[in-house]
Amino acid sequence: MTKDLLWRGMLAGILAALLATLFARVYAEPLVDRAIAFEAAHESHAGMHGGHDDDGAEAPVSRAVQKSLGLATAAVLYGAALGGIFSLVFAYCYGRVGRIGPRTLALLIAALGFAIIAVVPALKYPPNPPAVGHGDTIQLRTAAYFAMIAVSIVALIVAARVRTMLVGRWGAFNALVGAVAAYILVVALAQIGLPRIDEVPNDFPASLLWDFRIVSLGMQLILWAAIGLGFGWMAERRLRRGVAPR
Amino acid sequence: MATAAPAFDDPFIPVSGAPAIPVGEFAPWAVLGLLLALILLYFVSTEQGAVALFKGTSVHEFVHDGRHLLGFPCH
Repeated sequence: MTKDLLWRGMLAGILAALLATLFARVYAEPLVDRAIAFEAAHESHAGMHGGHDDDGAEAPVSRAVQKSLGLATAAVLYGAALGGIFSLVFAYCYGRVGRIGPRTLALLIAALGFAIIAVVPALKYPPNPPAVGHGDTIQLRTAAYFAMIAVSIVALIVAARVRTMLVGRWGAFNALVGAVAAYILVVALAQIGLPRIDEVPNDFPASLLWDFRIVSLGMQLILWAAIGLGFGWMAERRLRRGVAPR
Repeated sequence: MATAAPAFDDPFIPVSGAPAIPVGEFAPWAVLGLLLALILLYFVSTEQGAVALFKGTSVHEFVHDGRHLLGFPCH
């Protein structure tokens, strides 16, 4: 069963990624182009990405490829990975976290995943368009961002433990509130502890930065919603079939 | 007309009669799936950024737009 769910999760992730790519192509790419134009106009940050190396050096990947095949490939690989992990979380939780129907559970996990993986880490380290961020701090920024994601996941596990501990004494509702409070506490402490990163150029258009971040959030929302709905539908069909014929 | 229909009406379906997928059946696929997912995520998010297995910038450049939009630090 786990195997079948895993493949279905990856498939749901790939389909969701194609949908998200469509969205990104229409809504995000004009913003990326504008950010790159800004970057090109400000020679100080000598670009290391394609299509806009003004030094005449041959860019390894053209803008045309970056915004079509490159974008789709990145999204599909990300979607397949996300969908795979999603299906494993589902496979473990199904029947263990209450007797919830497969489509409802999938949607719940998707909503939680969107909040835990996409939204909360971005509160501290929001997505940035090209031209924002210094090349020489990439190590620090990558480590800090991954640490924030890790903290968010750990905080979720802590919260689940807290809920289990409290549910007998406080009742289900109060225990859930307590668990959410525990999650927020852990995340808030990490947000204070982790380094502050402020690398937006002074004259970078604020509206462009806002638009980019909102569109980036929209892409994540489409990805998670499509995985939750798509996988839930596939999982229900698979579960109805019962024992695998093979 | 039902005014108090439940918001979620998909019933719980037992896993081949069992209440959940047994851990023994789950574990090997979980390891495989996680490994696969982490490798994919590494190439989308980090290769030729903070860490590089291959020389050059082609991988970075190819996934460039996705990396920015999916929220990973790019350069």
